[in-house]
This record gives sequence, C-alpha cells and structure tokens, in this order.
Amino acid sequence: MADVKAAPRAASSSWARQTQHGDTIFWLFTLLFALLIVGLVVAVGIVTYNGSAEVRERYGWSFLWQTEWNPVETELSPATFGAWPAIRGTLLSSFFALLLAGPIGVAIGIFLAELCPLRIKQPLGFMVELLAAIPSVIYGLWGVAVFGPFFTQYIATPVSDTIGQLIPWLAGPVASGRGLALASIVIALMVLPTVAAITRDVLMAVPNSQREVLLSLGATRWEVIWLAVLPYARAGIIGGVMLGLGRALGETMAATMLIGNSTRIEGSLFLPATTSASLIASELTNANDTLHESALIAIALVLFCITLLLNMAARYLVWQTSRGPAGARA
Amino acid sequence: MSIQTNMGNYAGRAAADRTLRGCTVLATALAIIPLVLIIGYVTVIGGSSLSVDFFTQTYKPPVPVDSGGEIDPTTGLPSDFGGVTLDPATGLPIEAPVGEALPAQDIQSSGGVLHGIVGTIMVTFLALLISLPVGVMAGIFLAEYPSNSLATFIRFCSDVLSGAPSIVVGVVGFTLIVQRFQTYSGLAGAVALTFLMVPTIARTTEEILKLVPNATREAAMAMGAPQWYSTLTVIVPTALSGIATGALLAFARGAGETAPLLLTIQGNSNLSANLLEPIAALPLLTYKYIESPFPAENQLAWGTAFVLMMLVIGVNLLVRVVTSRIKGAM
Repeated sequence: MADVKAAPRAASSSWARQTQHGDTIFWLFTLLFALLIVGLVVAVGIVTYNGSAEVRERYGWSFLWQTEWNPVETELSPATFGAWPAIRGTLLSSFFALLLAGPIGVAIGIFLAELCPLRIKQPLGFMVELLAAIPSVIYGLWGVAVFGPFFTQYIATPVSDTIGQLIPWLAGPVASGRGLALASIVIALMVLPTVAAITRDVLMAVPNSQREVLLSLGATRWEVIWLAVLPYARAGIIGGVMLGLGRALGETMAATMLIGNSTRIEGSLFLPATTSASLIASELTNANDTLHESALIAIALVLFCITLLLNMAARYLVWQTSRGPAGARA
Repeated sequence: MSIQTNMGNYAGRAAADRTLRGCTVLATALAIIPLVLIIGYVTVIGGSSLSVDFFTQTYKPPVPVDSGGEIDPTTGLPSDFGGVTLDPATGLPIEAPVGEALPAQDIQSSGGVLHGIVGTIMVTFLALLISLPVGVMAGIFLAEYPSNSLATFIRFCSDVLSGAPSIVVGVVGFTLIVQRFQTYSGLAGAVALTFLMVPTIARTTEEILKLVPNATREAAMAMGAPQWYSTLTVIVPTALSGIATGALLAFARGAGETAPLLLTIQGNSNLSANLLEPIAALPLLTYKYIESPFPAENQLAWGTAFVLMMLVIGVNLLVRVVTSRIKGAM
C-alpha cells in the first residue's frame, strides 16, 4: 500500500520538502552502522592492548622470546611469563598444517575449477564449502575420539620406534600421542576446504580467453592450466593460502583438544606442546593473578596483530588478481 | 616455454598431462576420505545417540553421586561406594576394584542436553539481535552507495573481523564483561559472538542487495521515490529472504563457536535461562563430554556434534536454495 501512495505524494511539493534531507540522513545512518564495524576492530585492538599493559611494562618486548612460562609461584621457581612456547607452537603447527593443506588444497581447487566433470562439480563444490563451515569443535571431537588413537597406534608409535631413534624431532616416548604432529594434521584438514574454495573461486575468475589461446596452440589440458591459468591466478592463490594460514594460526578448539597443552619446549613432534590460542583457552579462565591474565591477553594481542597483517597481505593479493591482468604479470 | 621445446614429443606431453591431472584427482580423493569420515562418524555415532531424552533432559551424573551408604564416622568417607566396601584404615576398596564393580560400559546416563540447547539458542539469539541491525545497515551502506575508498576500508575491517581468531574475540568478551562484572554470563558470550556475526551479516546483505537488478531501483526512482525510500520499501523487501538467510548463516556460525564461549559463559550443568549468569552451550558440552571417561557422556558429545553439524548443513542448504531462487526470480 505504501508504494501506491508514495508516487502521488512524492509529486506534491510539501512531501518533497519534508523529505529533502531524507537521503542525507539515511546515508549518515547507514554510515554510522558501517563505521561501527571499524569500531569493533579498533575495540579488539584497544581492549587487548590495555589488558596487556601490566605484562608489557614488566617484560617489554622480551616477553615475546622468553622461553619460561611458569604461572605458578613456588619456592624453587618464581612465576615468569614468556610467550615463546606458545608462539613457537602456533608457528610450527600452522607451518606443518599449511605444508600439508597448501599443495593438496590448491590441487583440489584446480580439480574443481578446471578438470571436474560438470555432473559432480556442483555437489563437490558445495561439500567443500560445507566443510569450511563445520564448527572446529567437531574436527577436534573426531581428532580426540577417532583419529588420535589411530594416529598414536599406527603412525606415531612405529615412526618414533624406528626412524625416531635417529632423528630427534621424531623421537618418543609417545604417550597419549597428543602433540604437534596430531594437531597439525587435524588443523590441516580444517584449513583444506578454505584453501580449496578460494583457489577454485580465483581460478574460475580467470577469463576463458587465457585458456582458449593456449588450446588453439595445441596445448594439453595440463599445459593450459600450468602455463595460462595458474600464472594468471598466482597472486590470488597465494592470497587464499594466506587466508588458510590465518585460520590455522587462530584455530583454538582442535589445537586445545589435540596438542596436549604443555608449555615446555620439546624437541619432538610427537610430544605435547601448546599454541597461543590453546594456551589462552586453557588458562585464562583460571588465571592466578592479574599478571597471568595480562600475559595471556598480551598473547591474544600478538595473535590479533599477526592475523591483521596476514589479512592485509592476503586481501591485497586476492584483490590484485580479481582486478585483472595485473596478476598475469606478477 | 616448455610448450615450444616439447612440441614434437607429444607422447611425453600427453603422459605428463595424464599424470598431473591424475595427481589433482588423487589429491581430491585423498582429502575427501578424512572429511567424509568426519561427517560419517558424526552422523552414525551422533545420530544413533539421539533420543527423546537427549532433547528433553538436562545433565544427569552417569554414576549415582549419593552412594546411599553410610558415612563412616572415623574416616569421614562413605563406607559403601555403590557396592564397593572400603577399608576403613586406608580408604581403599577391599574386595572388587572400582572398575569391576562399576563397569563403565554398563553405565547409561539418561541425561540429555536440553540445557545446552536452551543456552545456545538464548546466547546466539541475543548476539543475533545485537548484530542484525549493525550488519544489515552496514550491508546497505556497502551495496547502495558508491564504492569509494571508505567503503573499501569498511569492507577490509569486516574481513579482518571475520578472519580474527575466535579466541581473541573471546578474550575481548572476557575483559570487557566478565572481568568488569566479576561473573561469567550469557551476555558476555553474546557480546563476543557479535564481533563474529556482524561481518557475516554485513557481507551477505551486501551481496544479496547487489543481486537486486538496477531496473528495480530505476523503477522506484521513476515513481519519484527518494533513494532512502526506495531502499527501505522496495529494495530491502525484495532481498528480504536473502537477508534472512544471511542472518541464519550468522546464527549457525555463532552456534558452532566454542572458543569465545569457553572464556565468557563458562558452561553450566543445570538448566538456566538467565543471561546474567553462567549458561550452558552445545559446543561447550561437546568439548567437555568427549574427554569424559564415561561412554554415556561421550555419546552425548557425539549427539551434540551431530545437532551442530545438522544446523550448519541445513542452513547452508537453505542459503543455496534461497540464493538460486532470488537469482532465478530476477
């Protein structure tokens, strides 16, 4: 009904005068809410920055590379906070996860965009998107109940008993099997759909003329992909992998459930470790004092800064590809 | 260019083509196996643990807490632990070891996760109520007004928020609400989830509004409607089903988030609908119950995971249907 009435009233000058500022007001109104998003990002930065004041005053930058994390004050060892075990765990688990998920994810993206038969393209693509949306606690659950025991019995124990005798970072003793290796594999599974979906999207944005030119020269399907499609989409694919890295860095639940949560730095991949996210998740709610809390919040700040930088770089690369031929020259 | 040097060797090129294309198929198959396993395990184990009790009961301890035995006045311990007699001197069981008297496999908890369902719905719904206006208005700003550098910046901030580690958002909720009011609360959880839901809603709203053809806008303008009027009465109603699915998508994402809730709502074994107190949530129950030694509680963990996964799959299917319908209608 409103629409019917609007037309004649809009013609009358009084309604036009009453609503002459309507557009500006509405624009300002939507702008206000849009700026709230900026405000939320700033809020995350400010809250974590302020919350970590105590530890920043006490340790300064050296907080980042001190290797002792000892929240419990005893007579023998005073309470000290160093973020290195957590940062090291985050970097290592993300690195290994990406080492696994990067190449495989890109290969899946290539398959989905270039080679997949049309009949299964839609359902397979939908499944990949779905897997990216499944809550991480479900991956963690599967890791704890199904994959963890399997991994411990058939992979970790045999490997550490044989090659582990020679190579220290594969050494045992494998107890529960929870550690960097197990967590990295499950995180890789979670990152895989993200990398695959973005690679597929980037490849599908490559114009067909790129492919047709090489096909007309008599290239095989793979040569078309390798020489015409991938170079064009390179920046976007790297961006997708970096977004996957962002997901791996911030992954909390799967890491908390599978990495064993030990702040001691161990040489072996099969021994418990910790990541920044899992350290916060397991200790913040029962922190001993404000210094302990502040140290955990400082780790959150570091994590946020890392993902902020990664996002900037990744978005820039994806944006560069979608903008057009600039990606081909890169 | 390898294509030139190898031009004559067609058999070699064809072999390389087949091998490398085979590799992508192999990678896809390799990745599909664990991902299908995850969905399969959750569906089979989780689906089989569903029952009426699962949805209507709250937590019940899997073993009777009150053993019914008398308290021995000398030791202060119950003299009878569910049929196990304790040695008054040592406090240890005399006859059968505990494991035999209470075979863990036989203990069936008749409890359910009603408290988790209520908690998840309340917390996520509150978060949706807060983030819906912000997200929709921001989406309108991004879609209906020129895409200048301010819009690009806001879009970037929204990407940063949706890529921010969920644990960091949990830390913000913890510092802002939990520390200030000295209590874990559903409200703190909702505030934390808002940070994650706003970008999802803004993004989907923007994309759906961009699907509305320009002819619709021009038609409204031709009737003399100012832009704000046509946006509110013509364009947004046209895209309403899409905006609603965007909200559902955000709801599904929020419902599956575990890490922020771990730091903010803490969980609660009793049925509680008070958002100012610790409250239960489904993903927290999955996290808590899978580490439990009682199979009955592990079953509950799988069941909860199944419910969460179905929520995600259902919402994603719905989004697919609605988006294709909007595209088809236009």
